[in-house]
Amino acid sequence: MDNIKDNQGDVWEVFVQSKPGLPHKHAGSLHATDKEMALQNARDLYTRRNEGTCIWVVPSNAIVSSLPEDSDSFFDPSDDKIYRHPTHYVMPEGAKHI
Amino acid sequence: MTQQDALINYCLRLGDSSLILGQRMAEWCSNGPTLEEDIALTNISLDLFGQARTMLTYAANLEGKGKTEDDLAYRRSEREYYNTLLSERPNGHFGDTIARNFLHDVFLYHLYTALKISKDETIAAHAAKSIKEIAYHLRHTGEWVVRLGDGTEESHQKIQQSFDDLWMFTGDLFEMNEVDELLIKAGIAVDLNEIKKNWESTVNEVLQRATLQRPKDDYMQTGRLKGMHSEYLGHLLTDMQYLQRAFPDATW
Repeated sequence: MDNIKDNQGDVWEVFVQSKPGLPHKHAGSLHATDKEMALQNARDLYTRRNEGTCIWVVPSNAIVSSLPEDSDSFFDPSDDKIYRHPTHYVMPEGAKHI
Repeated sequence: MTQQDALINYCLRLGDSSLILGQRMAEWCSNGPTLEEDIALTNISLDLFGQARTMLTYAANLEGKGKTEDDLAYRRSEREYYNTLLSERPNGHFGDTIARNFLHDVFLYHLYTALKISKDETIAAHAAKSIKEIAYHLRHTGEWVVRLGDGTEESHQKIQQSFDDLWMFTGDLFEMNEVDELLIKAGIAVDLNEIKKNWESTVNEVLQRATLQRPKDDYMQTGRLKGMHSEYLGHLLTDMQYLQRAFPDATW
């Protein structure tokens, strides 16, 4: 990062778990100079209204993302394979959570 | 002095220190060094106002003259305030604010830890609730003290100067009078000499981690017990009390 233009620190991504056992969900991003400060800032920015039980912070540059130009090869092949969705079964009577 | 009078004064001390420091932190709103820090500083302000409300409401009830927390916050003059001298120090630069709040947070942290077993139920409950917030404030300022002290040459020198300038107001935190004497006997208040030992050890430890010099104990400015304040409190109050002074009893 260019420190002359921006001295707010690196960008971190924040993941908040709302209840024990649930997956951590991406909540947003923030600036911080190190991991301890990132965690503190995340607490202030994303959990001050009782949203969470656990926070993860990850340096943004550690996240590997697929690119828009990859989307054809990544996601299109699943379009015509509806049999991958469990929609061809007859639902047993009384089953509520399928 | 009756125990009731002493208790009212004690609640004002606790409430006023939170109120005035909260007002100082509110001055940071929209002026923080980064967006994240701006929110952190004003969050701390809101926590402090919450603590002030509990204590001022309790003081007003104890007084029994039909006053409210707002009367106490907005209708008193400087000499009727019992906040710590440290809490009214101006914000200065970010390092000044961090140093001031750190010294104050350590004090409140050890004070409220001890007050959790106060024989006054309201104070004990207030301490138990507030300590969680104060622990977070202390973590925040403590981490910043280490980063500024052990940061660049410039940040080190600046925050060392902040501590040197503020040190003469730390003696005031531990002053006691007959109010303390009465309430310590009743098991309501705590001996600030004991708090001072813990304060010393936490402050020394963090300063050491931050590669900072602990300033020497020299002349100490005191006065909070008598409501003797620095010139800064009056200015702060004109800002904070502006609405009630200009439009008494204004309502939404």
